[in-house]
Amino acid sequence: MSRPTSTVEGAAGLVDEVEQPTATLWSDVWRKLKKDNQFRVAVVMIAIFMGMAIAPQLFFTKGLDPAQCHLEDTLQSPSRAHWFGTDLLGCDYYTRVVYGTRTSMEVGLIVASATMVIALTLGGAAGYFGGATDMTISRIADIFFCVPTLLGSILLLSLFNTGGVAIVALVLVFFGWPDMTRLVRSTVISGKRRGYVRSAETLGASGNRVLRRHVLPNGIAPVLVFTAYIVGGAVAGEASLTFLGVGLRLPAISWGLQIQIAQTRFSAAPYLLFFPSLFLCLFIGAFVLLGESIRDALDVKLADG
Amino acid sequence: MAEPVLEVDDLHVEFRTEEGTVKAVDGIGYRIAKGEVLAILGESGSGKTVHARAIMRILDSPPAHITAGQAKLHEVDVLALDEADMRAVRGAKIAMLFQDPHSALDPVFTIGGQLVELLRTRRGFSKHEAKTMSTELLSRVGIASPEERMKAHPHELSGGIAQRVMVAMAIALEPEVLLADEPTSSLDVTVQAQVLDLLGSVVAENDMAMVLITHNLAVAVGLADRIAVMYAGRMAELGPAKDVYASPIHPYTAGLLRAIPDIDVREERLPGIKGTPPNMLRLPSGCPFHPRCPLADEHCVEEMPPFEEVVPGRWTACWHWTEVTR
Repeated sequence: MSRPTSTVEGAAGLVDEVEQPTATLWSDVWRKLKKDNQFRVAVVMIAIFMGMAIAPQLFFTKGLDPAQCHLEDTLQSPSRAHWFGTDLLGCDYYTRVVYGTRTSMEVGLIVASATMVIALTLGGAAGYFGGATDMTISRIADIFFCVPTLLGSILLLSLFNTGGVAIVALVLVFFGWPDMTRLVRSTVISGKRRGYVRSAETLGASGNRVLRRHVLPNGIAPVLVFTAYIVGGAVAGEASLTFLGVGLRLPAISWGLQIQIAQTRFSAAPYLLFFPSLFLCLFIGAFVLLGESIRDALDVKLADG
Repeated sequence: MAEPVLEVDDLHVEFRTEEGTVKAVDGIGYRIAKGEVLAILGESGSGKTVHARAIMRILDSPPAHITAGQAKLHEVDVLALDEADMRAVRGAKIAMLFQDPHSALDPVFTIGGQLVELLRTRRGFSKHEAKTMSTELLSRVGIASPEERMKAHPHELSGGIAQRVMVAMAIALEPEVLLADEPTSSLDVTVQAQVLDLLGSVVAENDMAMVLITHNLAVAVGLADRIAVMYAGRMAELGPAKDVYASPIHPYTAGLLRAIPDIDVREERLPGIKGTPPNMLRLPSGCPFHPRCPLADEHCVEEMPPFEEVVPGRWTACWHWTEVTR
């Protein structure tokens, strides 16, 4: 990460010298991201979805309420009154889809942050301490890696009969942590041979401190990129599991649930399938775009640094 | 000689590799007193860096193993300490300075942040105290406008400045011994002299003992009180710097000195030491230097000469030390 600064080593005695003002790694990345249209699009989309998740009522006029359903309005096509039409129970479908954002956001953020904590702890320990610690953690990760995620999740979820957001997120974390743990482990292994790690050790820093203060901050970039992908992946996972009938259940509001219900009435009311699918795609796409633009910003840094 | 601060005795370090065992350090010893600078001179693979890492206990094990020896700091053998006690020694009693200052500083934090963290965790300073102390340390190592420099990231610094920062970190905990591992090898020649001057004055001011590891004879002669020459993991010669320079008593040292160009003598070709450094996996029998030595005879091939004090204060490992000429 030390970029070749074109410094002028002055004449003897001249200690202070001219240096080009260079930015730090993160401000460099930030500078590149600000110019990146893909990043802007991703941020705007995520901001809108965040808004929908936190304050969905801001996104529609007063008259609409996801709980206010009129059975006589059942299965209406999209119209001026009901932008996305109405569902079987006569509820306004637009508000239902918007309300679904919160569930997806919850699942995505819970899974991503839990996975990150586990991966940083276990992957960091495995990579830094090596030996028996590495052996144990890596073999356990391998075992989880062998289980097909979907199959394992279906099996595990059918044991619980509740189907709440927390349990679905837990199952996704349960089968999803090995991927990121491996990434952190390899990042740490390559990072712990660096000079500043040696130098911190010779100044008496403990293993834990070296890991937390030097190895992880320097290796966090690829982990952040991966976390953005995990948000998308978790939301897709939740929707798949719910679609298969083992995830969230009514009265939860979730895109996966909406898609599942819509499939039986596809020919009569295709919009019931279309809108939640569209939101799902846009949501996952936004996080994939975010991850990609961060990755590119870091790559460019490496290429010209 | 004054009371020794660090006493290294019969230190052995082995690297156990798949091709065999390398005796990287094969029984070296020395004493160093307060305020003294001991230069350890040797070519790549002579074991000079490995010995310092062994004393610091930062060798990667496996493959490296300290198989015998002591490194006594006053009366405490640091090689026998457990990891927690050793951590307390590192930085506070023995500090180490590395070759490349840019890789020795963490790129994601400012140098002020790194100094402050060190002082807070190891000396229990408050944030404010640590900041004041860091600024003071930076000005002590000759960095202009230290307050501003505190906010700089390592890549914003030139090699010379970065190495000064490393010196500040090395003396921050007021250690008694400084192991400087080729501290100027990665720097520009003009800056080398400045950093060496700084090291010399830092050692004098703080009454530290410094082990200066280098492959550069001029650096050793310029700064050291005594010079130890290592070859193939062993000590070849040890003595006062000016004596070793003026009249070496080991043929390897003599060869190194002959290889320095003399500005007054026009030579077609600079004399070197014939042959190549030994393969550490298959060392020659007897004296490891004998295949390259102009004085070698049967005795040298058969028996390793002991490292002995042949003249008061001067040690050598050579059967023919009396015949050595510069």
